Amino acid sequence: MAIITSKDLDLFYGEKQALNQINIEFYEKEITALIGPSGCGKSTFLRTLNRMNDLIPGVTINGEVQFNGQDIYGSSMDVVMLRKQMGMVFQQPNPFPFSIYDNVTYGLRLQQQTYTKEELDQIVEESLKAAAVWDDVKDKLNKSALSLSGGQQQRVCIARVLAVKPDVILLDEPTSALDPVSSGKIEEMLYDLKEDYTMIMVTHNMPQASRISDRTAFFLNGDLIEYAPTKEIFLNPKKIETENYITGKFG
Amino acid sequence: MEHIRESLIKKSKKAKLEQIGKFVSFLCITLIVLVVVAIFYFVASKGLATFFDNGVHLKDFLFGKVWNPSSVDKQGKPLVGALPMIMGSLLVTFLSAIVATPFAIGAAIFMTEISPKLGTKILQPVIELLVGIPSVVYGFIGLSVVVPAVRNVFGGSGFGILSGTFVLFVMILPTVTSMTVDALKSVPRHYREASLALGATRWQTIYKVVLRAATPGIMTAVVFGMSRAFGEALAIQMVIGNAALMPHSLTSPAATLTSILTMGIGNTIMGTLENNVLWSLALILLTMSLLFNILIRWIGKKGEMK
Ligand SMILES: Nc1ncnc2c1ncn2[C@@H]1O[C@H](COP(=O)(O)OP(=O)(O)O)[C@@H](O)[C@H]1O
Ligand SMILES: [Mg+2]
Repeated sequence: MAIITSKDLDLFYGEKQALNQINIEFYEKEITALIGPSGCGKSTFLRTLNRMNDLIPGVTINGEVQFNGQDIYGSSMDVVMLRKQMGMVFQQPNPFPFSIYDNVTYGLRLQQQTYTKEELDQIVEESLKAAAVWDDVKDKLNKSALSLSGGQQQRVCIARVLAVKPDVILLDEPTSALDPVSSGKIEEMLYDLKEDYTMIMVTHNMPQASRISDRTAFFLNGDLIEYAPTKEIFLNPKKIETENYITGKFG
Repeated sequence: MEHIRESLIKKSKKAKLEQIGKFVSFLCITLIVLVVVAIFYFVASKGLATFFDNGVHLKDFLFGKVWNPSSVDKQGKPLVGALPMIMGSLLVTFLSAIVATPFAIGAAIFMTEISPKLGTKILQPVIELLVGIPSVVYGFIGLSVVVPAVRNVFGGSGFGILSGTFVLFVMILPTVTSMTVDALKSVPRHYREASLALGATRWQTIYKVVLRAATPGIMTAVVFGMSRAFGEALAIQMVIGNAALMPHSLTSPAATLTSILTMGIGNTIMGTLENNVLWSLALILLTMSLLFNILIRWIGKKGEMK
């Protein structure tokens, strides 16, 4: 079942076209990797899905993105609800300068619904466990999240997203700013999260894409060149550009 | 060969220049430090003379309620109670800061978060202009507009803490606002993005993330405004009434440390108690501004550690 579908999606930064007629479908409880050289529009595309590009002045978007059958650029779309359902993890770990506990509960405290202290405690524990960082931080939940290492910060950021129970998690090069060990831990954790979440992940790390993703989309200069199950893309790419990129001939 | 020699000579020229530069800046710094130390020494030696030479008790000075340095009470002690002025200074300082803070935060949010274009085009120049207006102008406007208005509404003479508070509020507002703007601007963009991406509205983001992350900076701005208000002399002197009495209401004439100081310093003779005790007031001012400075640094450091 396709959970997100983009149809003929164009995006312009002012006059400059950054995305060109993107047609793609994402499937539930899968990890999709978006690969391609720097500046080809991967982040831009990812940010159209939760409408983060709305924040940039001068952006024009044509075409359609459907999420659970609903047009996210339609007039009846509630952006706040959309972003709650599509969590986002950024390239640079960006915890708030608050305690770890306050970071994880931030999304919950935005909602109308009020939670008891016990409920919050439980969600914090569950989320941090799911993000594989509970053991690192369980004794210092009231310490500033900025006191953690980069890898721990990124996992707290993932826990912060998990706490609001989104349907989809968008990840923009979540491990590229981290050392290989932290990077590996996060990769494993994401693989485990696949049971419950649909994930779309931009990555520059080809082995990572091939290890954990179900499908891979290759972008080049704002075009979607090839989209197929990951095995096919890596073992048997149909397009010469894809092959060149994967074998490291450019990019 | 010649080429190489030339470049070598050039380099040594630059090195020489650098040494001269270092020497000059060291000289300047030494001069500044000397001036500061001299001021402290001068004010302290004069200000402390009240206690050591004239034998006034510190307690009588800080907590005495009657100020009339040229006369003595029944026990023959000079009437040098500075409490009315200390209270007056603290009251106008805190009241003006309390009133100015919400306005400054509101204006700063508007300028950074809601309408940055309008903010930088119109409000920024206006604020810079307001900062540059000499304080005598503020005092004059206070005298001709605020004082009569207070008189009409609350009765009395119109001079007093309320008028002083209002004038100081207008005077510190631009400074506090522009420092608050800097504090909000220095909140990294990625905090806002993280918040919005979690489904926060713009207001929730401002309220729960931007203001919270900027709190040390905002506190610094407020303390800075307070230190300006505390040290302001001219404008406040024109509207507060300059009666060295305990302020029993906001609209009765009162005095601040600065206003009594500026009024009295030319009318007393060096070396007398009347003169020395004014230096003691100056010493309080100096100590307070030092405290404000330490507070600002402390807040800054605490903010950084997070
Ligand atoms: N805010 C922006 N304003 C203008 N151009 C942008 C902006 N963000 C990205 N771009 C341009 O859009 C293109 C795609 O960028 P991006 O999506 O960040 O690429 P990627 O994530 O694949 O490296 C680049 O040419 C980049 O310069
Ligand atoms: Mg990118």
